[in-house]
This record gives sequence, C-alpha cells and structure tokens, in this order.
Amino acid sequence: MPNQPSASRFMRWFDPRFRQPGTWAFILNRITALGLTLYLAMHLVMLGKLAQGPEAYDSFIALAKTPVIKFGELLVIAAGFIHGINGIRIALTSFGIGVRYQKQLFWIGLALSVVATAIFGYYMFFIA
Amino acid sequence: MSTERWTVNFLVSRKIGDTKAHLESFKIEVDPDEYVLDGVERIWAFHDRSLTFRHACHHSTCGACGMLVNGVEKLTCITTIRSVTHNGGTLKVEPLRNFPVVSDLVVDMGLFYTRMDEVKASQVVPVNNSTLPYETVEFPADGIEHERLADCIECGCCISACPVALTTDSYYGPAVLAGAHQTESILKDGQAFNLVDHADGIWRCHSGFECSAVCPSNVDPAWRIMDLRRRVIGHRIKQFFGKK
Repeated sequence: MPNQPSASRFMRWFDPRFRQPGTWAFILNRITALGLTLYLAMHLVMLGKLAQGPEAYDSFIALAKTPVIKFGELLVIAAGFIHGINGIRIALTSFGIGVRYQKQLFWIGLALSVVATAIFGYYMFFIA
Repeated sequence: MSTERWTVNFLVSRKIGDTKAHLESFKIEVDPDEYVLDGVERIWAFHDRSLTFRHACHHSTCGACGMLVNGVEKLTCITTIRSVTHNGGTLKVEPLRNFPVVSDLVVDMGLFYTRMDEVKASQVVPVNNSTLPYETVEFPADGIEHERLADCIECGCCISACPVALTTDSYYGPAVLAGAHQTESILKDGQAFNLVDHADGIWRCHSGFECSAVCPSNVDPAWRIMDLRRRVIGHRIKQFFGKK
C-alpha cells in the first residue's frame, strides 16, 4: 500500500507550521493527553510512598513543595484545563454543534484555560 | 496583470522513479499577479521540459493543479504569486501529501477517485442540493429543475491537509465523506450512511478542521463530516425503534 503508517509520519502530527487553529488544538490535545498520562503514572508512584512509611512520604511531600515541582503541578493543571475544555469543544463539534465556530471556540477555551491556570498559580505560589 | 516584475526563486520538488525527492531551484522573472501555475509552466517551457505536473483548465474547475505551495495546499491556478511570496523571495512547490508521488509534482489519485465513485459522489447536482444548508443562496423559482456542477472539484487538497490521512490510507478522507454527505442530501435513502458508518469512515475524523481551511471550492468537508455523524446517529436511533 502506498501510504502506510510510519514513525516519521506520526511525528508530523506535532508539526504546527503552516497549519490552522484546528490543528493547533489537535496538537495541544495530544500533548496534554500524554502529559496527563505521565502525571498519572508519577502520581501512582507517589502514592506508593505511603507503603514505605511516614518518613519516605514526608520527604517526598517536602520535595513537592519546592518551586520547581510546584511549577510542574501548575503545568498539570494547565494541561487538565486545556484538554478538558477542548474535549468539550470536540464533543460539541463532533455532532454538528458549533462546527462553523470551532476556531472561536478554540480561542475561547484557550483563554479560559490561561485564566483558570493563572488563578490556580496565584493560590499555589502566593496563598497556599 | 501589471507591468511589475519580480524575481522569484522557485524551489520545485523533483522525483523520478524510485529516487528520493529533492528540491531544485529555478530563479525566474514573473509578474506577481500571475498565478503559481503560470510560474511552474514557465519553468517547464523555458528551463526544464522534463518537469511533470498536472493541470488542465486554469480556472479552478478541473481540480488538477492542487499542490503544496510554501507548505500549504493550494490550487495553483488561482493562487497569485503575490499572495505567497515577495520580490526576491522563494516559493516552494511540492506535490500534495498523503498521495503516492508518481513523479515531480504528480501524485496518483486513483484510490481517491475510486472512493468518490463508491459513495456515488456526483459531479452534477440539483441546484437546491448544491449548497451548504447554512448558505443563503437563492436560485430562480421558475419551476425548472436546474442543475449545476458540484462544488467539490476533487482536487485532493483536503486529503493532503488531513492529519488522519497522513498516517493511514484506509481512511476515506474528507472529500469522499463530503461526497457521501451530498449523495445522501440528494437521494435521502440512507444508503450513503452504510458506506461511511465504519472505523475508516466518519468516525475516524479527529477534528483537525484543516480540510475546510484549505478547500478552494467552498465544500466545507469538516462541516459535512460532522453533519453526517449527526444524521447517521439519528438514522440508527430510528432503526433501533423500528422506523425506516
């Protein structure tokens, strides 16, 4: 067959050059999905610390409160918002609702994600 | 046309036989209001008669001259040089993606045409079924059943831009699914649903919407695919409750 799947073709999914907001949303959804899956695995490892006793868990929690890890958690929150809100956009447009406004829906979703992430970041770094 | 002259470096994809494609440079003088296809033809006429490319009508009706121009799918007969480069700039012309390249800028569209036939996509359609439902085009109500050419010119630009067609050729692709949508709009017998209601049909679209962004002919394949999904679900629900 002339057009078989290949690793190089798959990687072109992540190439945003010369493309439109629809593809940017497509790329963001895949990157955030991979990020959230990775986070889930890391989260399970963290919970595994509970089985190693309170000292191991406390030392991990101390690490989790460092700015670098906090920033990583903020990225997880951003990924959750972007993926979730874009998921609603995809669900709506997939059944004929708002298809002609998919670009506007993307930009609105992205703006909401940025605002929500900023609010979370403010609480994480300046309040909590 | 103007008297303005630009010097443009055309980077044209060349591929002969099984050799790997490479870009060849042709620096030519053009009128910026000419079309990209004019530039390609000039290269063929005055620089290299071995250059192969597809074209016919020169007025966006035949759909033969779809190519990748500076990375974007364009119908080269209606894409002015001015709109894609500047004086002294480069203009990269490559064959459409997601089709086997036969040579240089020529791709094999055989499978695509076969699938258009499979879904009974018609080139001539009744005017009342020829536009998108959200368009407000009025045709004369003179009692005569007028027909016109369908909007889809089968240029393949949508399939070239589609991220799903990029990784699998079993996916029918936007133009074919849009063709099925038009067929169902005309026949209204539900037969087209059976042709596209499967894993390589309407359900494989991943909502990149690039097909509609690059379509030069107002087909809006993404809208049609989504509408087809809605209609298929409605049809299946009716079938479930025993309605035909």
